[in-house]
Amino acid sequence: MSSHQTVTINTNTHSHEPPSLIALLQKIQEVNGYLPQDALKQAAAEHGIPLSKLFAIATFYNAFSLIPQGKHIISICHGTACHVQKSENLNAHLARVLQLAEDEGTSSDLMFTLKKVRCLGCCSMAPVIKIDDTVFGTMTQAKAEKLIRSVEKGMPP
Amino acid sequence: MGFAIQHLTELKKKGSATLFPDTIKIMIGVASCGVAAGALPVMAAFRQGATEKGLPVMITKTGCAGMCYQEPLVDITIPDKGRFVYGRITPAAVPAMLAALQNNDIPDGALFRYSRHECLLDGTITHYPVPDKKNSAHTVPLMQTVPFYKGQYRLVLRNCGFIDPENISEYLAQGGYHALATVLNKKTPLQVIRAIEQSRLRGRGGAGFLTGLKWRICYTTDADQKYIVCNADEGDPGAYMDRSILESDPHAVLEGMLVAAYAIGATKGYVYIRDEYPLAIERMGQAIEQARDAQLVGDHILGSSFSCSISIVRGAGAFVCGEETALLKSIEGLCGEPHQRPPYPAVAGLWGKPTVINNVETLATIPVILTKGARWFSTIGTKKSTGTKVFSLVGKINHIGLVEVPLGTPLRDIIYTIGGGAGLDRTCKAVQTGGPSGGCIPEHLFNLPVEYDTLAHAGSIMGSGGMIVMDNTTCMVDVARYFMTFLEHESCGKCTPCRVGVRRMRELLDGMCKGTASEQDLYLLEQIARVVSTASLCGLGRTAPNPVLSGLRYFKDEFILHVRDKKCPAGVCNNLITYGISLSRCTGCGTCIKTCPVKAITGTKKKPHTIDTSRCIKCGACEEVCPVAAIAPC
Repeated sequence: MSSHQTVTINTNTHSHEPPSLIALLQKIQEVNGYLPQDALKQAAAEHGIPLSKLFAIATFYNAFSLIPQGKHIISICHGTACHVQKSENLNAHLARVLQLAEDEGTSSDLMFTLKKVRCLGCCSMAPVIKIDDTVFGTMTQAKAEKLIRSVEKGMPP
Repeated sequence: MGFAIQHLTELKKKGSATLFPDTIKIMIGVASCGVAAGALPVMAAFRQGATEKGLPVMITKTGCAGMCYQEPLVDITIPDKGRFVYGRITPAAVPAMLAALQNNDIPDGALFRYSRHECLLDGTITHYPVPDKKNSAHTVPLMQTVPFYKGQYRLVLRNCGFIDPENISEYLAQGGYHALATVLNKKTPLQVIRAIEQSRLRGRGGAGFLTGLKWRICYTTDADQKYIVCNADEGDPGAYMDRSILESDPHAVLEGMLVAAYAIGATKGYVYIRDEYPLAIERMGQAIEQARDAQLVGDHILGSSFSCSISIVRGAGAFVCGEETALLKSIEGLCGEPHQRPPYPAVAGLWGKPTVINNVETLATIPVILTKGARWFSTIGTKKSTGTKVFSLVGKINHIGLVEVPLGTPLRDIIYTIGGGAGLDRTCKAVQTGGPSGGCIPEHLFNLPVEYDTLAHAGSIMGSGGMIVMDNTTCMVDVARYFMTFLEHESCGKCTPCRVGVRRMRELLDGMCKGTASEQDLYLLEQIARVVSTASLCGLGRTAPNPVLSGLRYFKDEFILHVRDKKCPAGVCNNLITYGISLSRCTGCGTCIKTCPVKAITGTKKKPHTIDTSRCIKCGACEEVCPVAAIAPC
């Protein structure tokens, strides 16, 4: 028995507009937090789509993850404005704080996932990070670490 | 049509009443950057404070006024005293402001004030009172004299930072949907297309294709179904004008889409918005619903025979989807891989049907052209690049923000007059335009007028409008490496020149930044760049080498220093620098000692500290915390 939740999409749309597989994957991820293998297999069988096609889409787009994500997602903006304000150093520091082997990844306690994003469009506040749905601007290594520590303790950042 | 028009007139009245109320009005800028700067707690503080004091004020949301470096912005209109804008407001500052308002006074510290508001579309002018001469607020500068706004012409951003983006009535009260109503009532599709052709409007997404021509090609293609698509997959890092327009004035984009749909004969429309822009998705969704309720979207729009449904498609994070053929694949729900053109989407697009894809800013310009006239529009800007363009001015610059200027404005005016230069004791070195497809324009070319063709001639492109200013602490080799890393990740992998070539360029640049490259590598880099730009399949690949080529063209000396002398003059490339403490500046406060994660800094209190370079991991943490800027890479 798998633990994931199932998702179906309406296939009964206009003839030359078949349903969007991206939307299907977005729903699966919304429900499960990532794309569990079983959920993909089941969706492929239910909709009569080759599993490879779903896998192709899941690995093409940055928004999808095939592995479980941490409870909190920390996105580090690597837009040009953030890059020239040294977001790489900030990224490296947070990876150290979370004891990650790489500059992206999930902490061993599944509390945080650190990931790079391409541009959050808040360039005026560079460098910026996003913790879950909240964007924080004019970050320094110290400020960002403090935010993470307070989230870790269950306080709002 | 009668019922719908009457309903709109009522809404419009409502909008005027909330735009120009009889009471004190407090507007807070809550677009994404305002929110990131803390606008929501400020709004909550105003709401709570006003309730506690029993102060009869109207507190509303508004979008982005462009002055991002002063966020959170608060705009206060006092009926008998004037309209004032305050910057960098924190919740702690709110009680004093409310107390002043309660005393029938003007809160201190305004950045500027408005003397009037002119509605661009219908020309009505509302004058705001001038503060009494005895009042200190009398000396607050007028908006039109503030350097940041002085050279601007806010045509696309006409409503941004003034109306509540979540309220269709306020959009209507500013002349919104007038263009659509007129078009449906009095104009044939061909007349609309002719007007756009006469305006010589060029696509604001980057390539600069003539919008009218695109519409005409789609119009003349016969099909049982056509589509209009709004490209809001603003992927260029450093560009956020589309996000800001969608968050601040979504109805302008919607109206533009509906007019385009009518002109080309489309009955369905999609707004493709980046996954990273949740607020833009939310506001556009609200706008579509409100428009549907007002009979502006859906069946028999405004009682006419024209019907068009509009829905939002959320992207899933892929830069290449900004390319139009890839974007269509993504709307179809598949991998966003571009395909060879022709056929162009205007002939065979979404699900093989004729499709017009226009950028957010292009669409927001349409209602202005149709209301004010094509001839009026074409007098703004230059002969080959008409109208205005919105730029996001970011990077190493004083006045970071969203600015709109007539095309043809010299770069120098944008960067120095509006942007206020690099600031501190630094100098501007270059400006990067056009995102990863663009290039860096060096300081000695800042007199160039910003036009599609002049920028291309200088080795960059207009692109979607990101302008990232770089100063002497920005390394041009690192910037080229940054863009190649970006593009390597974002290349869809379909064609070899882009997939492999970009990767090889990134590897070579990595070597240069690490100090392992030779002078021979510079030659190789340039050769690969030429091959990728000639042989790639789509625009992404063909323009991918631009950051490298423009870097080599204008900043070759920096590249040579990296490969020959293993030096990074800007102090950015970690392998080529060491951190040092200035003996004359260091006050011995000990902050850096506490911060250093590897304990590489030692020293006694009140005496200059030193860094053990053999232990230093060059994380830059000490540089960030030093209160007297005594630590720097060299």
